[in-house]
Amino acid sequence: MRTLALCAATILTAAPAAAETLRWARAGDGLTLDPHAQNEGGTHTLNHQIYEPLVLRDTDGELVPALATEWEVSEDDPTVWRFTLREGVTFHDGAAFTAEDVVFSFERALSDNSAMKELLGSITEIRAVDEHMVEFVTDGPNPILPSNFTNLLVMDSGWAEENDAVEVQDFAGGETTHAAMNANGTGAYVVESREPDTRTVLTQFDGYWGQGEFPLDVTRIDFTPIQNPATRIAALLSGEVDFIQDVPVQDLSRVEGAGGLVVRTAPQNRSIFFGMEQGKDDLETDSIEGENPFADVRVRRAMNMAVDRQAIQRIVMRGQSDPAGMIAPPFVNGWSEALDALPEGSLEEAQALMEEAGYGDGFRVQMDCPNDRYVNDEAICQAVVGMMGRIGITVALNAVPKAQFFPLVTGDDTEFYLVGWGVPTFDSEYVFNFLVHSRTGDRGSWNATGYGNAEVDGMIESLSSEIDEGARDATIEAIWERMAEDVVYLPLHNQVLNWGMRESVEAEVDPEDQPKFKRFSLQ
Amino acid sequence: MLAYVLRRIGQSVLVLLVTGLVAFSMFRFVGDPVDNMLGQERTQADVERLRDRLGLDEPFAVQYWSFLTNAARGDFGLSYRQGRPVAEIIAERLPATLELAAVSAVLAVVLGVAFGIYAAIRRGGWLANAIMTASLIGVSLPTFLIGILLIWIFSVELGWLPSYGRGEVVDLGWWSTGFLTASGLKALILPAITLGLYQMTLIMRLVRSEMMEALGQDFVRFARARGLPERAVTLRHALRNVAVPVITVTGLQLGSIIAFAIITETVFQWPGVGLLFINAVQFVDIPIMAAYLMGISVMFVGINLVVDLSYLAIDPRLRAGAGGRT
Repeated sequence: MRTLALCAATILTAAPAAAETLRWARAGDGLTLDPHAQNEGGTHTLNHQIYEPLVLRDTDGELVPALATEWEVSEDDPTVWRFTLREGVTFHDGAAFTAEDVVFSFERALSDNSAMKELLGSITEIRAVDEHMVEFVTDGPNPILPSNFTNLLVMDSGWAEENDAVEVQDFAGGETTHAAMNANGTGAYVVESREPDTRTVLTQFDGYWGQGEFPLDVTRIDFTPIQNPATRIAALLSGEVDFIQDVPVQDLSRVEGAGGLVVRTAPQNRSIFFGMEQGKDDLETDSIEGENPFADVRVRRAMNMAVDRQAIQRIVMRGQSDPAGMIAPPFVNGWSEALDALPEGSLEEAQALMEEAGYGDGFRVQMDCPNDRYVNDEAICQAVVGMMGRIGITVALNAVPKAQFFPLVTGDDTEFYLVGWGVPTFDSEYVFNFLVHSRTGDRGSWNATGYGNAEVDGMIESLSSEIDEGARDATIEAIWERMAEDVVYLPLHNQVLNWGMRESVEAEVDPEDQPKFKRFSLQ
Repeated sequence: MLAYVLRRIGQSVLVLLVTGLVAFSMFRFVGDPVDNMLGQERTQADVERLRDRLGLDEPFAVQYWSFLTNAARGDFGLSYRQGRPVAEIIAERLPATLELAAVSAVLAVVLGVAFGIYAAIRRGGWLANAIMTASLIGVSLPTFLIGILLIWIFSVELGWLPSYGRGEVVDLGWWSTGFLTASGLKALILPAITLGLYQMTLIMRLVRSEMMEALGQDFVRFARARGLPERAVTLRHALRNVAVPVITVTGLQLGSIIAFAIITETVFQWPGVGLLFINAVQFVDIPIMAAYLMGISVMFVGINLVVDLSYLAIDPRLRAGAGGRT
């Protein structure tokens, strides 16, 4: 019997890679195949199978070569980054990949209608040195520029010109481009058919440069968005799909209990936290006239103590979260165990602090919360409403869909809110720029707390051009310490990703929630 | 007579315009599309520029007017979400919804009438009682729950039918159909039952009560007295009298089947216009929402107009009255 099984196993492994279809489902479809038209996770996830960036992150968060093999700051000029391109790469239609394509793609990504241009804001010039060398000139030294390139996918300049896809999709102008529904990338998979929101079939690219380097066991990808979580789980349980990206926490045990299925888990690059309006002299939604209780750091400290992160993890998240003391997951540069330690202090201490601040009798305030954006977002808010009650803060919860919620944050129309934040560059500077720096034209666009500190602003601005890594890391640490001291935000936890799949699918969970199917192996 | 028809048409157009205006005034409460269209890294300047370019800062009446003038030229704009022409997207998704609605409607009418007649004839029988009890469940259980239950039983537990999607479809160029493949037909079963169940029970209960009323009338008694077989009495004489109200209700319900396929489509990931609309609402995709809502109101207003005009054709008093006034 055993020999028979062994024989069978040998035959199976010895057989040449037969057509192996992976049926993949997730909640949402990619919005467009145009790699520069939408800066959205689901869209990048799909396009990453078809197109490739210069550099990519592996599942540990390290930058690894993709279309570029080496990259370094020019020795003569710290404002120039030099990228050596991979040789022998072809696009799906057979055209050779050269420096010209890189220059074209980055210029396209920098154009007015591109959704990716903010990531490239510091670039002033892109030039091709030769066929396989490109230089990026920035407006000052930019030590982390390559970190911004991981979702910048490279298109074929010739194909774009032939198909009238040089310009990025213009939503306002009413012109649609060929690139929204068609693609010609260098990636491991070619688009066989696409029906938006319904089904997309990708097949392996015969001429892919990475053959031998990646498992490439999946030869065909059959992708269906399935929005309803119960239907998605049913499709996995009934064997109609092989891999789903988002297993709801309440269904984890059901998937694990079913034969032949596994859930693979990893920390996600997304931190969940609360913000409070601390800049205004008076709050609109509170019960106290002429004062802003949140402006008092003792109140914020008491609130930070009152949030029971472990209880939220255990009960609301069913264990599927990592409680955090800072708003960055562990793989982000600047994270440290000391900074991430949960705030200390008992409920009594928190109550004493409220007393000391003159709010011993408590106050009322409104909290705004999304109800369709993060894992169990509304339930988290409800739990925190109860926790705030214990230090006398009566919170009225306003839970709304994300489309109504985010304008409150970006428009500074909320005084107590929950948001989540991912760090695509894997560096703290990104967090500071958007969440900590005071609101100016190009920084602080997500800082709805009213926190603005000239000294901290100066430290944040110095990061972008500091080339000495040691000095830069020291500044980052100082800013994080300052944030903790001033209790700018109430960090809560980092989300956890749950990928559900057939046991035979071997895959490491990507912290960006972007599976790269070329890395999957099938048993 | 002509004036009456013209007046009816004029009223319908007015209703349409007002519906559209109300819809546009509501869009601002759905949220702000710009937040979805620009990534996390956008600056305030980007937001303002895009808002300005899309004309989102204009008063809703102005936005509505430009929608109407463009729509009159057949241009419904580009979807904010997909970046493709709205007309193209809707044309792509409409066959799925119409096929589902058609199968549901046929199912509802055939089964509804059959069960209704049976329940009326065998009043008090155990099977008739069972049907009536089951129909209560059909009326009272919410659609999404029925859908999930069916998926659980027939897809997960028994593994007979697919839990999502349309299966393989055949593209005829202007129409994609699931009727021509085995997987397409299998995929239709669960969503069609889910969508049609409510209408089926409604028709069934209507047929039953109308039928019972008819069976108690004199012409039925006379028919029986003439010694006609029971079969002929019920199916030929009684049923014919039941037909008029049933057809009216069914016609009006067809509109609701198409318009309210949204929930069924979401549960089964059915790629029709209902799912498209839900996605549009979540993304605040105003061009799609506007086109969908206008399309649905045109359909309802159209159905009502046809009903009104058909009364005119049927009822001579209305004709005379209308004629008298003109």
